Amino acid sequence: MSEIVTETSNNGIQNSEPIVRYQKVSKSFGDIEVIKELDLDVAPAEKIGIIGPSGSGKTTLIRMLMTLEKPTSGTIEVDGELLWHKRVNGNLVPADEKHLRRVRSKVGMIFQQFNLFPHMTVLRNVTEAPIHVLGLSREEAEERAITMLEKVGLKDKLDHYPRQLSGGQQQRVAIARALVMNPKIMLFDEVTSALDPELVEEVLAVIKEIALEGNMTMLLVTHEMQFAREIADRIVFISDGRIIEQGPPEEIFENPKHERTRNFLRRFNKNN
Amino acid sequence: MPFLLKGVVVTIELTIMAAVLAFIMAFIAGFARLSKFAIVRGITQVYVEIFRGTSLLVQLFWVYFVLPFFGIELSAMMTGVLVLGLNYGAYASEVIRSSILAIPKGQTEAGIALNMSPSLIMKRIILPQALLIMLPPLGNYLIELIKSTALVLLITLHDLMFCGTMINNVTMRTTEIYSLVLIIYFLLAYPLTLAIRRLEKRLSAGRL
Amino acid sequence: MWDWEFTISILPLLLEGLKITLIATFLAFGFAVVIGFLLAIARRSSVKILSLPVKAFIEFVRSTPLLAQLFFIFYVFPKFGLVLTPLVAGVLGLGLHYSTYLSEVYRSGIDSIPRGQWEAAKALNFSKARTWISIIIPQAVPPIIPVMGNYLIGMFKDTPVLSAITLVELLQTAKIIGAQSFRYLEPITMVGVIFLILSYVSSLGVQWLELRLNQR
Ligand SMILES: Nc1ncnc2c1ncn2[C@@H]1O[C@H](COP(=O)(O)OP(=O)(O)OP(=O)(O)O)[C@@H](O)[C@H]1O
Ligand SMILES: [Mg+2]
Repeated sequence: MSEIVTETSNNGIQNSEPIVRYQKVSKSFGDIEVIKELDLDVAPAEKIGIIGPSGSGKTTLIRMLMTLEKPTSGTIEVDGELLWHKRVNGNLVPADEKHLRRVRSKVGMIFQQFNLFPHMTVLRNVTEAPIHVLGLSREEAEERAITMLEKVGLKDKLDHYPRQLSGGQQQRVAIARALVMNPKIMLFDEVTSALDPELVEEVLAVIKEIALEGNMTMLLVTHEMQFAREIADRIVFISDGRIIEQGPPEEIFENPKHERTRNFLRRFNKNN
Repeated sequence: MPFLLKGVVVTIELTIMAAVLAFIMAFIAGFARLSKFAIVRGITQVYVEIFRGTSLLVQLFWVYFVLPFFGIELSAMMTGVLVLGLNYGAYASEVIRSSILAIPKGQTEAGIALNMSPSLIMKRIILPQALLIMLPPLGNYLIELIKSTALVLLITLHDLMFCGTMINNVTMRTTEIYSLVLIIYFLLAYPLTLAIRRLEKRLSAGRL
Repeated sequence: MWDWEFTISILPLLLEGLKITLIATFLAFGFAVVIGFLLAIARRSSVKILSLPVKAFIEFVRSTPLLAQLFFIFYVFPKFGLVLTPLVAGVLGLGLHYSTYLSEVYRSGIDSIPRGQWEAAKALNFSKARTWISIIIPQAVPPIIPVMGNYLIGMFKDTPVLSAITLVELLQTAKIIGAQSFRYLEPITMVGVIFLILSYVSSLGVQWLELRLNQR
């Protein structure tokens, strides 16, 4: 029944072709199924907040889109193309590395632990991929990198190494590093949960700014409910590998229909 | 083949005797390097550096060919035991030393708080813990020692390597002989490797 | 007892032998560095028919004496038509022997790179080769340089074994001098002294390197 909600709650963007489409996607680790025949459509430029209890499969869901985990079954489409498969004579065959790399170029990701390259300066962290993946010249890459670093407020840290930066600054570099590749879809996996509380705000502000620019599709796994409410077009509540409920933030936060959503939000509010 | 087996026996004898000597030397030198007397530490340091710095084979030659010059004539077997023992003792002394140092200071302090004597603290508290840490690296040296016994052939001890070479000279079935020699060494050393790995796993899992 | 005049007269010969020792050491080290890397990569491969034989090869070579391997290369290979000079056989044997040790060193270096680094590289769409060149190798190599330095010294100290396959390196030179002059004391002692000085100085170098790398 949760799927029924999908079509009606896309607040106006539901008419265009989805840019991301999960169809009957399942994922098991060993014997444990952590994503269960999940369907999800994401419209271009849509901002989706993914919430749910710990271990419910939120991270796994977006890692499959980044090609960091391979679905056990089902298909994922990105921008009209199958991600993990290729169609050969009408049959689905596993995609090769070339195909994966082409489709992957449309997706970027920010990690909980930043994952900056510790042996490179801030500037090189941001220029390495444009130069070696997009094939830009060094000047062009640096120009773009500096623009992005300015946007995240770190233009004065170009020659610093990651360990010389605070967690909040590191995460902002990671955002610039992902942005400079100009992906259509950006994934955020609890990007503030490794940060000291006083550093959370500066990172959220940067993400909010990107969200307000409008044209990037964003999937954000987050425990920052207030933040999710402010920037998301739709909230998806996941529990136990399934979408239990989804809809506009006001609806989910103020008037959740499902018992499990209510429980989750109640417990969450109590703890915070 | 029986000839080769006789070689195996010599190799094993040599390994065991050299290992015992190495173990004793490692303990003496390991403790001596922790001594509070600078002179003791200095002498031990010289012993360790000499045996680690001058190649093992050179040491074998020196004892076998140069010592007679001073009136000390040792059999090939004795030379092998002495040199391998002193050489590996020097290497392994570092293991002993660092394992003892690896035991947290709090352990000694707890012993003092219980009014134990220093030697009692060493015997009942430090050593039992340090021994566990030492076992895997000492085991690895034992494997290296087994392999090194082959070098004693070069001062004409009738060990496995020598017997292989002899048979080869007589029968000229080079491929079979040398392959067999390699396999026998493998069979001697590899079970030890596996045992040490198991030990390491159990130690790191904290189950010993 | 110790004859200084004799010592000085044989010094040029010994230095000539030392030259061969050093050549063999560095050639074998270069060989081991490259082959060890290939072994480490193959060992990590998910293709089982590649990784399993490579694993077996590494275990076997590590569990058998260098001397036996040298004899095998020097005396058995010719039976299959591959006749090698003592130097080539020695470099091959010594290099192969240590490549298995270096492959383990590489493996530990590679394994110490956090998974997040691989994932970030993937999220930025790096190719496999680029991930190795830009991300993995630059982080994996500096910590293992001192370890590699110690293996270089270890190889240097193992070169006398090559005298067994008739390579006239430092020890063999000393033996020849001894046999001709009936004086073993000076030549063999000098060989020991030369080894001691060179390996002691280089191990100080490695310690210095380690200190500097730790500071970074
Ligand atoms: N590589 C893996 N191997 C085995 N199990 C895994 C792996 N990754 C995730 N899991 C399991 O899959 C389940 C879902 O994990 P996932 O990380 O997607 O949850 P999550 O919703 O992101 O939780 P959290 O809020 O704690 O981050 C968990 O039970 C987790 O233990
Ligand atoms: Mg998660």
